[in-house]
Amino acid sequence: MIKSKLMMSAIVLLMASIYLPSCKPKNVSSATSGDAAIKSFVAPGKYDEFYNFVSGGFSGQMTVYGIPSGRLFRAIPVFSVDPEKGYGYTEETKPMLNTSHGFVPWDDLHHPALSTTDGIHDGKWAFGNANNTPRVARIDLKTFRTVEIIEIPNSGGNHSSPFITENTEYVVAGTRFSVPMDNNRDVAIDTYKENFRGTVSFINVDKESGRMGIAFQILLPGVNFDLARAGKGKSHGWFFFSCYNSERANTLLEVNSTQKDKDFVMAVNWKKAEEYVKSGKGVKKDVSYAHNVYDEKTHSATSTMEKEVIMLDPKDCPDMVYFMPCPKSPHGCDTDPTGEYIVGSGKLAAIIPVFSFTKIQAAIAAKNFDGDYEGIPVLKYDAVLHGEVKKPGLGPLHTEFDADGNAYTSFFVSSEVVKWKLSDLSVVDRVPTYYSVGHLCVPGGPTKKPWGKYMIAYNKITKDRYLPTGPELAQSAQLYDISGEKMKLILDFPTIGEPHYAEAIPAELLSKNSTKIYRIEENAHPYVAKGEKEAKVERKGNEVHVYMTSIRSHFVPDNIEGVKMGDVVYFHVTNLEQDWDVPHGFAVKGANNAELLIMPGETQTLAWRPDRIGVFPMYCTDFCSALHQEMQGYIRVSPAGANIPLTFSTGKKAAPAPEAAK
Amino acid sequence: MSRKIKNKITKASLLIVLGIAIYSCSTPIRQKNEEASGTASTENAAPAEVSTESKDAKGIGKFTKVELSPTLDVKMATIGKEVYDVKCASCHRLNDEKLVGPGWKDVTQRRTAEWVMNFSTNPDEMLDKDAIAKGMLEECLVRMPNQSLTDDDARSVYEYMRENDGVK
Ligand SMILES: [Cu+2]
Repeated sequence: MIKSKLMMSAIVLLMASIYLPSCKPKNVSSATSGDAAIKSFVAPGKYDEFYNFVSGGFSGQMTVYGIPSGRLFRAIPVFSVDPEKGYGYTEETKPMLNTSHGFVPWDDLHHPALSTTDGIHDGKWAFGNANNTPRVARIDLKTFRTVEIIEIPNSGGNHSSPFITENTEYVVAGTRFSVPMDNNRDVAIDTYKENFRGTVSFINVDKESGRMGIAFQILLPGVNFDLARAGKGKSHGWFFFSCYNSERANTLLEVNSTQKDKDFVMAVNWKKAEEYVKSGKGVKKDVSYAHNVYDEKTHSATSTMEKEVIMLDPKDCPDMVYFMPCPKSPHGCDTDPTGEYIVGSGKLAAIIPVFSFTKIQAAIAAKNFDGDYEGIPVLKYDAVLHGEVKKPGLGPLHTEFDADGNAYTSFFVSSEVVKWKLSDLSVVDRVPTYYSVGHLCVPGGPTKKPWGKYMIAYNKITKDRYLPTGPELAQSAQLYDISGEKMKLILDFPTIGEPHYAEAIPAELLSKNSTKIYRIEENAHPYVAKGEKEAKVERKGNEVHVYMTSIRSHFVPDNIEGVKMGDVVYFHVTNLEQDWDVPHGFAVKGANNAELLIMPGETQTLAWRPDRIGVFPMYCTDFCSALHQEMQGYIRVSPAGANIPLTFSTGKKAAPAPEAAK
Repeated sequence: MSRKIKNKITKASLLIVLGIAIYSCSTPIRQKNEEASGTASTENAAPAEVSTESKDAKGIGKFTKVELSPTLDVKMATIGKEVYDVKCASCHRLNDEKLVGPGWKDVTQRRTAEWVMNFSTNPDEMLDKDAIAKGMLEECLVRMPNQSLTDDDARSVYEYMRENDGVK
């Protein structure tokens, strides 16, 4: 009751401050606050300034919005099947979702990370993490498609991921859930403290191809790793991870993991770790994890099971890992654009601790330790602290930065964003969010060169903000103008799934490189039909392969006979169009998977297992021309022993299929 | 909070939103429109017809003068056939039968090389502005797709059309 009253008054206040003055445009003093709609307005046909890559949370997708309009451009399927695009249903994309557990059609994507060179966005790739079945994905920013997924062994859940180093040397993956490992996995849960361990993985990324591989893992105490950030500039070579549950509780964590006054931010010297790997300090571990790669030439993914990782144990590798005490279950641990400051955010704290990289180095040199935690040195809190932001709000979660030395921290409990100065830690401004903000995004905020201008808050609760839609309400983001001293709310826009972290990048860094078509000449799909002349139907035992073409507005072939019960029909459909934005679709009655959505010059395959005798329609699902509704055909299914020859045609009489090749 | 009060607040905010809707017609937004940068094309003016229906029309595009030899360039025509099979055959027969688009028989008598090559490399502008292309769209009702032919592809395809029309 009290909460909703507060909310209502907040709404009224907001209406008053933002919308009311707009009714009096002649009042000069109100002009700045009356222009909210104008600031987020992008006229029809005009482009936005930024692409916003937003985690789709439990939808398993990554979504792409325009900023400042808040318009949704694309939902990129990453860890979840997407029948709209055939992702995870076509024969070509199924291997993308393969894991050591077999085919996993869903996951929970929390954090996008955009690749950088020298700490600045380079527009090549976006990475995303799977929080449930630990994986890291890479998305090609030319095609906006998921092109690689690597599973993380020795991990219980991959939350502390996929944060990247300055030149995208590494993408990290830290376990949220510690688990028992190796040959010691069937243990009592209450033996957590002795048997459960955490790991952080460093995945290297090839500079040219972007191809990933797990370079090494570090074996760590059984805490929960939450978020992470690489050092940059002067702190390049280091990585910082927040961790909670230093109590190492295995039940009722709500109470049991919040006993200690301080948990940790972990500092990893990854350059040192590289040296240890080189000098053979790592131990090879037998594991099994999937590595799935999509080939843009064959339009097909392959899944390979990898068998080995290199594990570094800090016990054998001195000076590689340190802990720094951080108040109250830290979530964010964010490095500022200079790399000097590391901002911790204790979810249950009422201060924001800011650590200094220079002081961390000095404390390490002076061995200014406060004992150790499970054998890993703990640096003295006061020795590494730059200072604390006092009374900023309740429940700091995550901090982003602008280019002018300001930090923006989200406060979940007090539903607000607080702007403060890194230099003297003074609070400059605060603004409410509606409601319970999680992560923030300032374009370029995690890089050495924040693009600034906007701040976007991703909220957990939207009661009273949108039209009701049953028990579940819209997920939501809020856009603030931060070009002035004061933050100004200028737009609410709904999002897909639960938005966690997001990044934003100037539109011109991506739009100019966007792939428009797949060149048909370069199509190396094994079942491509380059032109209608190559369209055909072939039988291989009980497999019937249809090499089909589509162009506005017909399929070749569109009449197929001679399929029998017990056959599996593979429709390999090649879209012969070579013009941007002319996809064709393909659907056949009774299919147990989904449709195909085939881009110009692409080939995709739908497997169809007819379950009854009859004649079945098939059609194009993507409205392609004035005669789109005519883009259809039939396939006939006869009894298993029937004597119907395999034939196919479009327009003319059926031609006999070539002899069965067995 | 009672439902009634809530409703009142909602109504009040509705009125306020209406306020902004009216305000939004005034100049600031229009200025924003004019200033906006990084844009897609928003050409709205009716396209002017710049080509005639004459048999000598050259169409609209980069090809203004194509040199043709009296005899066939066999090599070029062979490449043209390869391009035809992949990118054109779905819609155009080699005889006079209309499929999606017209059959190609005698096209080299009906159209200039420049017109054919401009149309095959620049179909969208031609379909919007060229009188012949527009007339054909009215008959066929399917816009010829841009099949991303290179200039050389377009020339080779034209040579293949010549071969199809009996040039030796
Ligand atoms: Cu179609």
